[in-house]
Amino acid sequence: MTDNKLINLVNITKSYGDNVVLDELNLYIRENEFLTLLGPSGCGKTTTLRIIGGFETPDKGQVIFEGKDITNLPPNERQLNTVFQKYALFNHMTIAENIAFGLKIKKKSKAYIDDKIKYALKLVNLDGFENRMPNSLSGGQQQRIAIARAIVNEPKVLLLDEPLGALDLKLRQDMQYELIRLKNELGITFIYVTHDQEEALTMSDTIVVMNQGYIQQIGSPEDIYNEPKNAFVADFIGESNILPAIMVDDKLVNIFGTNFPCVDTGFGKNKPVDVVIRPEDIDLVKPEEGIIKGVVTSLLFKGVHYEMEVHACGHDWLVHSTDLSPVGSEVGIWVDPFDIQIMNKPESEDEEAVEIEL
Amino acid sequence: MKIRNILNTRTPKIPLQKSVRPVIGNRHTKWLSFPYILWMAGFIIIPLIVIIYYGLTNQDKSLTFDNIALVLDPINLRALRLALELSLISTIICLILAYPLAMILNKSKMKSNSFIVMIIILPMWMNFLLRTIAWQNILERTGIINTVLKFFNLPSLNIINTPSAIVLGMVYNFLPFMVLPIYNVLIKIDKDIINAARDLGANGIQTFLKIILPLSLPGVISGITMVFVPSLTTFVISTILGGSKIVLIGNVIEQQFRIGNWHTGSGLSLVLMIFILFSMAIISKYDKDREGSGLW
Amino acid sequence: MVKNFLGRFFEKFYVGLILLFLYAPIIILIILSFNSSKSRAKWGGFTLRWYKELFKNESIMNALYTTLIIAFLSALIATIIGTAAAIAINSMKKTPRTIMVAITNIPMLNADIVTGISLMLLFIALRFTLGFTSVLLAHITFNIPYVILSVMPKLKQLNPHTFEAALDLGASPVYAFFKVILPDIFPGVLTGFFLAFTMSLDDFVITHFTKGPEIHTLSTKIYTEVRKGIKPEIYALSTLMFITLLILLIIVNRKNAEKKQIVKI
Repeated sequence: MTDNKLINLVNITKSYGDNVVLDELNLYIRENEFLTLLGPSGCGKTTTLRIIGGFETPDKGQVIFEGKDITNLPPNERQLNTVFQKYALFNHMTIAENIAFGLKIKKKSKAYIDDKIKYALKLVNLDGFENRMPNSLSGGQQQRIAIARAIVNEPKVLLLDEPLGALDLKLRQDMQYELIRLKNELGITFIYVTHDQEEALTMSDTIVVMNQGYIQQIGSPEDIYNEPKNAFVADFIGESNILPAIMVDDKLVNIFGTNFPCVDTGFGKNKPVDVVIRPEDIDLVKPEEGIIKGVVTSLLFKGVHYEMEVHACGHDWLVHSTDLSPVGSEVGIWVDPFDIQIMNKPESEDEEAVEIEL
Repeated sequence: MKIRNILNTRTPKIPLQKSVRPVIGNRHTKWLSFPYILWMAGFIIIPLIVIIYYGLTNQDKSLTFDNIALVLDPINLRALRLALELSLISTIICLILAYPLAMILNKSKMKSNSFIVMIIILPMWMNFLLRTIAWQNILERTGIINTVLKFFNLPSLNIINTPSAIVLGMVYNFLPFMVLPIYNVLIKIDKDIINAARDLGANGIQTFLKIILPLSLPGVISGITMVFVPSLTTFVISTILGGSKIVLIGNVIEQQFRIGNWHTGSGLSLVLMIFILFSMAIISKYDKDREGSGLW
Repeated sequence: MVKNFLGRFFEKFYVGLILLFLYAPIIILIILSFNSSKSRAKWGGFTLRWYKELFKNESIMNALYTTLIIAFLSALIATIIGTAAAIAINSMKKTPRTIMVAITNIPMLNADIVTGISLMLLFIALRFTLGFTSVLLAHITFNIPYVILSVMPKLKQLNPHTFEAALDLGASPVYAFFKVILPDIFPGVLTGFFLAFTMSLDDFVITHFTKGPEIHTLSTKIYTEVRKGIKPEIYALSTLMFITLLILLIIVNRKNAEKKQIVKI
C-alpha cells in the first residue's frame, strides 16, 4: 500500500429531500488499500460508495480520481467496478455472458474474452460454470460470479456494497478470506461497505467509522479497536465498558471514586472524560488484589470465553475471560494501565452524533 | 490474522436445497377446484367439441370437410387475408407506440404505480362500442376532424370506411393491453441491474439493447398476444368503422351464424382457431422461460 | 443539460399526445351527451334533456337493468368459484398446478367470437332456450379466469406460515381459512370481483351470440342502433356510468392511501 492518493473526496455533501445524508465529507483512499466504510444503517456509507461509483452525484463537493475531477462522469466511463449487494447478475444471460459483458463493450477479441472468463472463474473457484444460468447457483456462488464479472475488467478500484450480507455465517467467513486473497492476488484497491464490525476488522487495512454522515474515526483495525476516539466508536466496535470518569492528572484517572493508573496524557487536570475498557482486558483476581472489589452477578458460556457481569462500585462491568468465576463470588477487578483508553467527552452535538446510554 | 491456504478455500458442493414451502390447506384443499373444473369442462371444453362437430358435419350428420374448405372461397380468403394484414399492422403500431410510453412511465417519479395504471385503463371503462362509435364521429366526412379542417380550408380526411380507419380502431381499443404488460415487467427490473450494466461500461443504448429489451420480452409477448388475437377476430370494429364495404373474417363468420348456417360458420371458425393456435405457437417460441406476465 | 431538458420535454409531449388519443373519444361522448342538437358533429347548445329522457326510455332502462344484474350476478358467482379454485390450485404440487394455470389461461387467449359461438352452439345442441340464463352462464364462464388470476398473486404473496400458526393455535382448517387467509387475500378477491364486473359490463360479442331474441344488454342495444344513429340518451347513460365508476375509483384510491398512511405511522 503506497501513500499515493488514488481517490480524493472533497467536501462531499448529499441530501435526499430534507434528509442530509453527507455533510462536507472529506476522505482520501490510497492505492492498493483495503478500505472499509463501517457504520450503522443510514450513516451514509452506501451513499458515499455510490457517489464514488457514479450512481449518485453529490450536491456539493468533488470526487478526484488520479488527480482528475470525475464528479460528473457517468459510471460507464469510470475506471472502477462495483459488486452490488444483491449481486445484480443478468438473469437472462449465462455465467460466461455475464462475465464477458464489460469486455464485449470494450470490444476485446474473442480469444481474449475466453481467456479472461477462464481466469476469472478459476480465481473464484467456479471452474466449469460457464454455461450455467445465474438462477441455478446458490447465493455464495452468485456472489463470486458478481465479483468475477467486476474484476475481469481490470479496474483500478473495486467497490463492494455489503456483498456478504445475504450469506450465512460460515459462508460469510469463508468469503472474507476469499476477498483478502483476491485483493492480494489482483493488487488493486478495495473499497468495502459493511455494518458488520467483525468483517471490517478481519479484512481491512483501514477502517472509516461513520455515523449520521460524519466520519467518527479513521485508522487501522488495531487502532480503532484498541484506541477508539469516542464513545460511539468504542460502542460500535467490539464490546466494551464505557464509563464516565474524571481525569485527575496525566496517567491517572478516577473511575467511580477509585484512582486507576493509565498511560494517556494531555487530557488536563480534573476534567470529565469517557473511559473505554475492553471486557477481555479486565482480569478477575482475588478481592484483595484488585483495584476495586465486586460480586459476579451473571455467567454465560460463549464457547470462546466466559462472559460475566461483575457488580462493582454501583456499575455492572462486562468481563470476558477463559477462566470462570461463579455467580455470587466476590472478585477483585484489575486492569493494566495500558488497557485503559481515555476519550474526550463530546463537547457539542456535532462531535458526538449519537448519545449513548451509559 | 492468518490467511487460509488458497487450496482450502474451495467450499464443499452443497446441493441446491429449496426451502420447504408450507401449504395453505391440507390434502383435501384441491377439491375446492372441483366446481371450477366442472364448469370449465362443461362450458369451455364441451362447447369447443361442439364447434368441431358442427364444423366437420353436414345438415344430414355426415362427415365432411366442405365447411373448412369454404375458407378457400375467394371472398372468404380475402376476408381472412385482410384480417391478418390489419391485425398485424395494428399489433406492430401498438408495440411501437406502447414501448416508449411504458419506458417513460417507468422512469417517472410518480409515487403510485397504480395511479399510472388507472390513467391508462380508465378509457376502457367507457363502453367498447361507444368508444368505437365516437371515432366514427371523429373521422366521418361530416365529422369533427373534417369540420375543423374545413374551417381552416384544408383538404378533408377521408379515412372512414377504409382499412386505415379499422387499424385506428384496433390500435385505439387495444393499446392499453400492450402498454400495461410491458410497463409491469419494466418496473420489476431491479435498478441495480441497470447500474451493474452501466458500471461495466455500457452506455444508454447498449444497456437498453442488451439488458432492458431482453428482460422486457415476456411483457412484450403478453402484449402482442392480447392485441393480435382480438384484432384478428373482430367484427365490431370493421362494422362500425368500415361500413359494409370492408369484410373481415370475423364479419364472415358472424354473418354465417346470423343467417343460421351453423355448419359453415363452425367450419370457418375452426380455420380461424387453427390460425390462432398457429400464431400462439410461434409467439411462445420467444417466451422460452414460459413465464409470461399478466396484465397486473 | 439542454439535451436533458429537451429530452424531458419530448417525453412529456409524447405522453400528452397518447393521453389525448386515448381520451379524445371519451371527451367527445361526454360533450355530446349535453348536445341539444341530435347531430353528431354540430353543437346545438347545452342541455340536460337527454339525461331526463334517459330515465323515461323503457327499452334502454331495461337493457341497463339486465346489464347490471348480469354483471353483478356473474361477477359474484365467478368470484366464489374462482377464489375456491385459486386456493385449491395454490395448494397443488408443481405439475398439476402448472396444468391448471395453463387451462385457466385458455379462455383468455381464445378469441371471444369463438367463445361466444361455441357457447351458443352448446345451448342450441342441448335445446336450451337462449335468454337471460344463457347469457349469465356465458358471463360466469369468461369471468372465472379473471378472478383466479387476480387472487393467485395475492395467495403467492401470503406468508404461508400464518396458516400453520392458526392451526397451531387450535383452529380447524376451515376456521383458519375464513379468519386468517380470506381477510389477507381479500384485496385480490375484491379486485377479481371488480374486474369480472367490468368485463361483464362491457362485453358485447359473447352476449351477442348467447342472448337470443328477447333480451338486450346495453352493448347489444347500442349495436342495433349503429346504423340508425345513436340516441343521445345513450350518450347520457354512458357519461353517467363513466362518472360513477370514476368516483368509485377515487374513493377506493383515497381509502387505500389512507390505509398506507396509517401503516406508516
